[in-house]
Amino acid sequence: MDDVFSNFDLVLKAFALTIELLVVSALTSLVLGTLLAAFRVGPISVLAKAGTLYVNLVRNTPLLMIFIFVFIAMPELELNIENFFVKGCLALTVYTSAFVCEAIRSGINSVSLGQAEASRAVGFTFVQSMRHVILPQALRAVVPPLASVLIALAKNTSVAAAFGLLEATARMRYFTNNNADARPEIFITFAIGYIIIVEVLSAGAIGLERRWKVAR
Amino acid sequence: MRFKRTKALLVAAGLTLAVAACGEAGTGGSESVDVEVTENAAENFEDGTRMKELAESGEITIGVKYDQPGIGFKSAASDTPEGIDPEMGKILAASLGIAPEDITWKETISDNREPFLQSGEVDLVIASYSITDERRQIVGQAGPYYVTGQQLLVKKGSDIKSVDDIKGQEVCSVTGSTSLDNVEAKGANPRGFDTYSECRDQVLNGTVEAMTTDGAILLGYAAEDPEELEVVGEPFSEERYGVGYSKDYPEMCQWISDTLQESYDNGKWAEAFEATLGKSGVETPEPPALDPCKA
Amino acid sequence: MSSVLFDNPGPRTRARHKVYSAAAAVALVLVVAGLVWLMYVNGQFAYELWEPFLTPAYIEVMLVDGLLKTLQMAFFSVIFALGLGLVLGVAKMSDHAWVRWPSWGIVEFFRAVPLLLLIIFIFFTFGTGGGIGSFWSVVLGLTLYNGAVLAEVFRAGVNAVPHGQAEAAYAIGMRKSQVMNVVLLPQAVKIMLPAIISQMVVALKDTSLGFYILAPGLTAVGKLIYTEFRNPLPTAIVVTSLYVAANLVLSLIATRVQRRLVGEQKALEAPDMAAGSAV
Repeated sequence: MDDVFSNFDLVLKAFALTIELLVVSALTSLVLGTLLAAFRVGPISVLAKAGTLYVNLVRNTPLLMIFIFVFIAMPELELNIENFFVKGCLALTVYTSAFVCEAIRSGINSVSLGQAEASRAVGFTFVQSMRHVILPQALRAVVPPLASVLIALAKNTSVAAAFGLLEATARMRYFTNNNADARPEIFITFAIGYIIIVEVLSAGAIGLERRWKVAR
Repeated sequence: MRFKRTKALLVAAGLTLAVAACGEAGTGGSESVDVEVTENAAENFEDGTRMKELAESGEITIGVKYDQPGIGFKSAASDTPEGIDPEMGKILAASLGIAPEDITWKETISDNREPFLQSGEVDLVIASYSITDERRQIVGQAGPYYVTGQQLLVKKGSDIKSVDDIKGQEVCSVTGSTSLDNVEAKGANPRGFDTYSECRDQVLNGTVEAMTTDGAILLGYAAEDPEELEVVGEPFSEERYGVGYSKDYPEMCQWISDTLQESYDNGKWAEAFEATLGKSGVETPEPPALDPCKA
Repeated sequence: MSSVLFDNPGPRTRARHKVYSAAAAVALVLVVAGLVWLMYVNGQFAYELWEPFLTPAYIEVMLVDGLLKTLQMAFFSVIFALGLGLVLGVAKMSDHAWVRWPSWGIVEFFRAVPLLLLIIFIFFTFGTGGGIGSFWSVVLGLTLYNGAVLAEVFRAGVNAVPHGQAEAAYAIGMRKSQVMNVVLLPQAVKIMLPAIISQMVVALKDTSLGFYILAPGLTAVGKLIYTEFRNPLPTAIVVTSLYVAANLVLSLIATRVQRRLVGEQKALEAPDMAAGSAV
């Protein structure tokens, strides 16, 4: 256990990488997930079907397999990105965007029909009614499920441990290997790190929910 | 499980006959050294020794690695592992009068070798198990039966010529391994993967500059892809592979040492080497000198 | 039919959508064709790379040591997690603070810790050295994690049952446990079924993390195969197809069961259990 505290900078560095992975993948997943949701609810049937296929494929595939595709199989096609961090974010984004898409879609479906009809009655185009009427309302309904998705993402970054990224779980493995007698303490230390990240995310979500809460 | 396998194999054999276009992957056949199983081996050991117990029971459980070609590797479709470690296991078992097919193999990874021995889940660990003073405090280690050292595997023509060049470079090894800690201490960017083969692929596709682990493993990979890969630099550590046994049975040390010495003398050790690590073109070295057993 | 997003398109819009659809279809076909072409030029269609999946011995391994073990681990975890989730979920709603708070703590802890971390810890603490082994380490890890998630699902489900139900039950003189067991839980289960089903899919997918501690399963077998044959792409495609197929079949069966239990009528909506809760 002394080994952990005397090398606490290594622990912090590892958690910094975990948080970087989380933030970057969260942003890219939000963008890609929103795009997919737009495909799925949009009027163009080919895109809607493609979006549905993507979501159903990815949702039923283990994240680990997606990592194997990106890190081990993709280079075989000479499609290799040589940056580990970018590749890690890519794998996490491919996976998480499917869940973001579903969260946003359920949010859009929660907006009442009258709102959309009213926006069309005043002559809004599809893009305008999405941008000014539907999405602002849907976003509020989307906060709780989206928060769960992001919390899951925070934990899912741990899968990167087996793919060259020295984040918190990989670092824990390093410490437990060298200090077999202090395994429970080391585990608790790293678990607390993850719990802090998760609690910050939940607190943020609850705050947003309160702030955006409107009477309907 | 074994029964199920046999039955399924019969069904599978039927299928093979039925479907002409069926694949035949992995049927190339693996070489294995014939060992001479000692008859009535139990008589050679004194009463009350662990060797006597094992010889009388006719069974032994040996922990080996399943993911290191040349050292210890098990194909998904095979029941028995291959490599120099399992060959050593067969030689040791034979001296107890136990035939290779009566050995129970157990997969070990670096982290669970000591617990396996301490709890008696395995009788021996032969799993690229370097002899160290720390380990000898907890378990017994006899040998070494092979000496190697940590080296670097790079793409041919790489700028990395020795361990001094790895500062700031990306170097791959297995997550949580001592090899990875060593290169991290030397200033490299450590990239941990799950198996050595995955690291080899990362070197081949140019994602990392080098991979590192014991030279024995690296030479095997270099021999598989002689056009593209090479091992560079002098070994920067000495790894002496030993046979792990439980401290509860200190008498096993002398037996292991004697059996290893016998295999050096009668050429079985060299045969085992040639059939495994030697297949990749590595010259068979002189067998290493054995550590004396403490009484 | 009019939807939230757009009215029935008129003839001009329909024509425009047709153009967009065609363009999108062409783009998608190009992407897929590009991938297939990349696979082709990089020799990924070579027979040797796919041969293991046509070889009986390897097919058997994939199905017996791979798929079957994956399904077994998922099955045990789901069963145990349902039990644990029920206990923790009910405990979280207890009137006694000394029951409520510890169960709240347990649920929060296991929901926040990454499963991989949990599995590694369980394995190296209880799994090796005469312990429960890697198979049961995975099952235990999955049980704790999914049990914690299901506890929340149970709680949300019970809370979604209209208040009047419990009040009426109390009014006719039922005890607390009777209200829970006879009135609330049976109705809540119907509400919770969709969330439970998606949690089952999550459990099945998460068994793949067992490869890290030498547990059997599809991913572990896949890794062995591509280590031996150096065919990661074909292996990843085959293994992923098996996972997707298993999950689709699981969802299909679960939906059937749900229909049988709930009937065609729509279950009550529980807002806390929207799509994103199961990842």
